[in-house]
Amino acid sequence: MIFEWLHPLLIAAALALAVIGAVRRISLWRAGQPAEQSISLIAGLLTIPKRYFHDLHDIVERDKYMAKTHVAAGGGFVLSAVLIIVVHLFGIESKILAWGLLAALALMFVGGLMVAKRRQNPPSRISKGPWMRLPKSLLSFAGAFFVLTLPAAGVLPEGTGGWILTIVLTALIIWGMGEMFFGMTWGGPMKHAFAGALHLAFHRRQERFGGGRSTGLKPVDLGQDILGVSKPTDFKWNQLLGFDACVQCGRCEAMCPAFAAGQPLNPKKLIQDMVVGLAGGTDANYAGSPYPGKDVGSAKGGPTQIITEGLVDPETLWSCTTCRACVEECPMMIEHVDAIVDMRRFLTMEKGNTPNKGAEVLDNIIATDNPNGYAPASRTNWAADQNLAVMKDVKEADVLFWVSDGAFDMRSQRILRSFVKLLKAANVDFAVLGDEELDSGDVARRLGDDAAFQSLAKRNIEIMSQYKFKRIVTTDPHAYHCLRNEYADFGGDLFKNVEVLHHTTFLNELVQQGKLKLDTFSGGTVTYHDPCYLGRYNGEYEAPRELLRSLGIEVAEMERSGFRSRCCGGGGGAPITDIPGERRIADMRMEDVNTTGAELVAVGCQQCTAMLEGVVEPRPEVKDIAEILADQLIEEVH
Amino acid sequence: MQHKQISQNLNVVSLISVGKHPQSGRERRAEQDGRAVELGMNLASDNLTVLHAGDPQQQALRSYAGMGLKSIRVLQLDSAADAVAPLGNYLQQHGPDIVLTGIRAESGESSGMVPYQLAEQLGWPLVPRIADIVDVKDGVAEVLQALPRGQRRALKVRLPFVASVDNAAQEARQSAYGPASRALMDLQAVESATDDVRAAWEEAPARKRPKRLKVVKAKTAAERFKAATAKSQGDGGKVMKNEPAAEQAQAIFDLLIEEGVLR
Ligand code: SF4
Ligand code: SF4
Repeated sequence: MIFEWLHPLLIAAALALAVIGAVRRISLWRAGQPAEQSISLIAGLLTIPKRYFHDLHDIVERDKYMAKTHVAAGGGFVLSAVLIIVVHLFGIESKILAWGLLAALALMFVGGLMVAKRRQNPPSRISKGPWMRLPKSLLSFAGAFFVLTLPAAGVLPEGTGGWILTIVLTALIIWGMGEMFFGMTWGGPMKHAFAGALHLAFHRRQERFGGGRSTGLKPVDLGQDILGVSKPTDFKWNQLLGFDACVQCGRCEAMCPAFAAGQPLNPKKLIQDMVVGLAGGTDANYAGSPYPGKDVGSAKGGPTQIITEGLVDPETLWSCTTCRACVEECPMMIEHVDAIVDMRRFLTMEKGNTPNKGAEVLDNIIATDNPNGYAPASRTNWAADQNLAVMKDVKEADVLFWVSDGAFDMRSQRILRSFVKLLKAANVDFAVLGDEELDSGDVARRLGDDAAFQSLAKRNIEIMSQYKFKRIVTTDPHAYHCLRNEYADFGGDLFKNVEVLHHTTFLNELVQQGKLKLDTFSGGTVTYHDPCYLGRYNGEYEAPRELLRSLGIEVAEMERSGFRSRCCGGGGGAPITDIPGERRIADMRMEDVNTTGAELVAVGCQQCTAMLEGVVEPRPEVKDIAEILADQLIEEVH
Repeated sequence: MQHKQISQNLNVVSLISVGKHPQSGRERRAEQDGRAVELGMNLASDNLTVLHAGDPQQQALRSYAGMGLKSIRVLQLDSAADAVAPLGNYLQQHGPDIVLTGIRAESGESSGMVPYQLAEQLGWPLVPRIADIVDVKDGVAEVLQALPRGQRRALKVRLPFVASVDNAAQEARQSAYGPASRALMDLQAVESATDDVRAAWEEAPARKRPKRLKVVKAKTAAERFKAATAKSQGDGGKVMKNEPAAEQAQAIFDLLIEEGVLR
């Protein structure tokens, strides 16, 4: 081939540019705040391969075709890149290496073809624009280097080909390397590989890897000059890194209940707007679905510009139910909810701008320790006829029953009473905190008022610390999440020896131990709605189902169930901020229920109960599992 | 409520007190005082002084600051002191254009006398129960006074004056934790006398006064609706504008006797 010297030079130039781009990109991330947990560079980098093959691939695997495509294209590319450097840049002459390179390139080529096929009729969730040229770039890169490597492998004699071939090959190589090397660090679609790999290493929630779960929000240091995130550089640096890892696959968009309801939120677009913010510029090049009802192109931002003034409309942030469906689905393990709550914190704690009922609810929480402003002394009125042991009197019990603010709500009280009936039937030694219990702080925290949350958490912990108990059981998954995953940041020793359980887990235990005698259920088809804060936040999918099975119920599963359950619309303070959309999330969830033909939908959360019962009739009945069990309880007459 | 950009450099003082939540009894931003600050912020933004006489450590003051105030001026008094004289002296010295207060405090004496006493001490007019100040031009303010059932009365009042702010005024904006915790408590030591009269009192939570039963003779839903919403016709009441003062006073006196207020 002519110009033997040209291709090594091009490769070297592309790599050098890539390195410059990488340094520049890293400096954009490093403009963020130091991470809470520092991870050494080498240790971090060493974790990447394992995390790629396990954690990331497990999520990609949910889309089988894409998983194979990614292994072929991505794996082929990484291998090829290494071998290209060895064979073509350093000119190591080895037939084995050259054949290896040919194999890697062939694999990558196949991957490229698979990407091309996926993009022939792309689903609406994936971004178009520059992403549409990616398969061609992959094919050019793999194809051109394949031909270029043939002489080294001894298939073609050295110096084969004329001017034309050389020029065509060179052009393809420049294009291919432009996308694959240069684009990787200068902001093309391939950026996801660079940022994504590093995000695996330096993820803010290291506990998530290796099958772990980390869902509790991180506390705000209330002494800071600015509370919450006002501008991109207020994020932790590894959050910025995370945003940059987005592949715009839109899996989050497809799962987002707010997006489906036509509220102005699209988690994918939000992450892309964060990228616009961290790098500076506008969203004019964004080629995916917009925020419903909002045009693309006019959002502007920069690393030190206030995000909610021109980049993201506050309404977008307040539409989120914090259901975590996006996080669960994201192959790049991006943490949308953290980012959204971080920005809400700024709006609430600095701007005093929580929409609709937000301000009133927060005021009530601060003044009365419950969101509706009821007299704190009326918290235990619901149990006037229940004869419950109160911790203040008994000081000690096996189980602390955390009643939650359901105490003030007549519908939720039916759940509480059913649960008490079951506890008594099983002879559980339990007590309540009575009027000493305060709101868990869930709503305050999700609305961005971490100061109010922290105050409640600390006071609740102080109260609980006076008493002795082994377990806390609650019927409210939101309180459950706070107590189990978020209080430990303020709790010192309390939670070391105390186990926090959801009532379905606890009841299941009682049933398995034969402490509850239950009649078979004979009321028609039943489906089960997984509450977000029980399922995705705490991984409890089985206990409620097992309980239903113990009644002889075969759950007619909805398509969106388990970790893919669709939110009822009640989380994250969404009913309080009440951002208008085209549909109500609860109505969509009820449609999911209806497709199963169920006459009864079992839930494990008072908030879900309220949301689903708010759907106009005719609709299936809604009951908490505790209520269903209590109805089937065979009471022994003494 | 949209305010006209009021061109003059108005000096406004909003007086604030420590409120009390009706359900929990916890100290908080008082409803009406919060509205007085809100109105003050809308009228004078930078030239607003938010003034409190009492304990600067009081946490409830922070929830006013959370509305976005850079500082709160506190005339430092101990809890037994009478606030009226020091407040009056301060206002005399600084000569603001408008002084805004609530109608009635949520704790303490709750008598609602402070604005009256201040107005008396300063010799300024007092406008009770205002809903808004719409405009200030050439030293005259256009004030909307709140009347029952959503009615308003437009008044023109010459500056300076004291006004108490009704619940009909715009609600206080949300209080944010960040600015609340950072605001400066700008202390001023003042001389004060112990409120001897108050020392002898006993405090108890306010109770709702029994309401006079209203017998509605309406037969249809439409009539009941009218009875519930129509402005009171005030049967038997009369408007006396031109009669001599003695006659007017006699009429009031007679009414008080008739209602059993005076015996
Ligand atoms: S945030 Fe995650 S799930 Fe959403 S588009 Fe980006 S990579 Fe895909
Ligand atoms: S948490 Fe739920 S509502 Fe919020 S962006 Fe993610 S999917 Fe949408």
